[in-house]
Amino acid sequence: MPNDKEPVMSPQSVIDLTGVTKSFGAVKALAGVDLVLRSGECLGLVGHNGAGKSTLMNVLAGTLAPDAGHLRIDDVELDRSYSVFRAHALGVRCVFQELSLCGNLTVAENTRLLHPRLRGWNWRKRAAALIGAMLDDIFPGHGIAVGAAVADLSIAQRQMVEIARAFTVTDESLRFVILDEPTSSLDAATAGQLLAFVRRQEARGVGVILISHMLHEILETADRVVIMRDGRVIASEAASAFDREGLVSAMGGLSHQQECSTKARSPARSSEIRVRAQPSAPGNRRELTARAGEIVGLGGLAAHGQTDLLLSVFRAAQRRSPTVSVSDSVALVAGDRQRDGIFPQWSITQNIGLRSLKAMRRGPLIDPGLEDRFAEDWRARIGIRSADLKDGILSLSGGNQQKALFARALGSDARIILMDDPMRGVDVATKREVYRLIRDEADKGRTFLWYTTEMEELYECDRVYVFRNGAITADLDQDQLTEERILHASF
Amino acid sequence: MFQSAILSQSVFRAALPAVTLILLLATIFTLQPRAMSVFGINLMLNLAVPIALATMAQLFIIAINDLDLSIGSFVGLVACIGATWLNDSPLLGVAALAACVLAYACLGALIHIRRLPSIVVTLGMSFVWLGLAVMLLPTPGGASPTWLRQLMSFRAPYVPVPIVASIIIAAAVHYGLMRTSYGTILRGFGGNPQAMRRSGWSMLRATMTMYALAGLFGVLAGLALLGISTSADANIALRYTLLSIAGAILGGCEFVGGRVSPVGTVLGVLTLALAGSALTFLRISPDWQVGAQGAILIVVLALRAAVARKES
Repeated sequence: MPNDKEPVMSPQSVIDLTGVTKSFGAVKALAGVDLVLRSGECLGLVGHNGAGKSTLMNVLAGTLAPDAGHLRIDDVELDRSYSVFRAHALGVRCVFQELSLCGNLTVAENTRLLHPRLRGWNWRKRAAALIGAMLDDIFPGHGIAVGAAVADLSIAQRQMVEIARAFTVTDESLRFVILDEPTSSLDAATAGQLLAFVRRQEARGVGVILISHMLHEILETADRVVIMRDGRVIASEAASAFDREGLVSAMGGLSHQQECSTKARSPARSSEIRVRAQPSAPGNRRELTARAGEIVGLGGLAAHGQTDLLLSVFRAAQRRSPTVSVSDSVALVAGDRQRDGIFPQWSITQNIGLRSLKAMRRGPLIDPGLEDRFAEDWRARIGIRSADLKDGILSLSGGNQQKALFARALGSDARIILMDDPMRGVDVATKREVYRLIRDEADKGRTFLWYTTEMEELYECDRVYVFRNGAITADLDQDQLTEERILHASF
Repeated sequence: MFQSAILSQSVFRAALPAVTLILLLATIFTLQPRAMSVFGINLMLNLAVPIALATMAQLFIIAINDLDLSIGSFVGLVACIGATWLNDSPLLGVAALAACVLAYACLGALIHIRRLPSIVVTLGMSFVWLGLAVMLLPTPGGASPTWLRQLMSFRAPYVPVPIVASIIIAAAVHYGLMRTSYGTILRGFGGNPQAMRRSGWSMLRATMTMYALAGLFGVLAGLALLGISTSADANIALRYTLLSIAGAILGGCEFVGGRVSPVGTVLGVLTLALAGSALTFLRISPDWQVGAQGAILIVVLALRAAVARKES
């Protein structure tokens, strides 16, 4: 990037990030990011799941402090004291991916939250006029009443309010706006209105960072495209240098294909079909099938219907469903370990044995001896590192807690194991052990449905279904599997 | 169609407390036409004013997704302070009442900073307030300051004073919490605390403000109650804790999400206060009154839930 260091004209403002890092526990979300944004420029930011885009935006917005690195706005070095208030005073606004409006307040009242100046006599009228005018400007014909409580609006309307609110100005001038997936809930026409507005703002000298999985939006709107991968910026070039294919392959980087093709697996094509499921999204024409002994991966971008499908399979095992048929017992390994997985007050033994209590019963009671032997057996098989299984589950590290949850599912009588992206925040060594275990269990005839956001894990599967907007867009056998194909189907 | 469904639900939510109250009044007036007079209404709603004030205190706490289980014994303590110190040495009494409000603000800070469940902290505090009240006034007694007694027994010729007082309370809280710009910020913390922090507002300050307001209205409730009953007792207002929660819920407030309605809440309090009279006119023994109040609450909540489900 030779021209990034050019001297800056006085009316122009610049945000300059150098060497920014941020870690969450063992996960390195940002591994040294350099980024420059000028006023009057629209920068498109793309990358696969977990590339670090949202973390970077939080650092810019002042809601997360980076571990190291420098943040400069107009050659003013911003240190630890950089905060949301500071960001606002400097004219930096952010529209977060998960909406941040208060549902119990009206549209006008939500506008007030952003502007300390809206107070005193008649503030409600001024706030209503401010947000109303901005909504009219960005989304003509929006049909949103500024006096309505946000909780009563549809998701799309909420997103429109959130975007319009970020562009409202009282005293401090607006210089940079960060839009994180702004069109995820908007229909095509409304998204078009927004992108046209972004271009108008650009012409007035506002700098915009646009994060989107809709690559055509990036290519049509952005001047420059920055690609992130594994917490780093791996490319930064004029948008005209890319087309859709180019972007997708740049995001993917090197192909993993070679290392995996060696893994020969007997295709389980002839065994019985255990799960048949049809995603309920409109426009979906493909059906998912999983056979005995098969590991089926569910890929695609995060939250595009994979978890919903797993849950519908889980429900269908208990009660008949018109769209899903399941022929055997089911166990689920939850993705959000803290919320849906562990019982924090219970011991490791109790956490492991939970799914198999029927087998450990003597009369109406649980036989503690059987329970202990069961847990001890799985500790040895799955390698849970713990001094004493009678300790609380929270005494284990995150990776070992996850192993205990795998032991709970694999130790049960279930023939079908559903996995809801269970390896988030788990270290590499543990992952390898679990992969091996899954493969062994599949060879013994178990079926796995494995939703994962990590490319590497999809290569462990015999077959991969790629999801987009709740529908299956690709059905890839192991020998057809490439990162490029998955990315193409995801976008 | 979508728009009108939303409209009808919010209209229904706002109208439910008023409709409940009108139905109850109609029942009472049909059963006992003589109750339809200024004197009759004064008599029936005599105790509504302190309950309305205590319920407003509860509303401030509910607005930020907490719950106050100590408001009843706090009101009792205030009444005891009023019947002793405030009467004997007014300066000491005023200082003690100010300290009570400050203590509430500090409770808010403690709950926020230590991330404690408000139910646990206020349940503990309810015993502290009760203990202090018993130490101050071991046996029922004391006397209300004269000005307070005169204020609470003031009667206007053509309008029922409790109704006027309720309207003033509702209007004041509605203006302060629902209309002013800082009131909006305070309610925002009930709706989406994370969004408020992202916009740079201090949650500590908001929590302390809300608890201080609750303390202030608790003090007003205690004084109003003392003015009506003219003497105090540590146990005088213990049932206010549950009455205040019931009144707020009946008035359309929700335990989570920061949805509160001061006007509806006052209507809810009047409904609860009148329910007792209605049952008396129906010649039902007073033993059943608490149960009947519960039954009204269940019916109204069931109606609200049914409508919400139908709309969604």
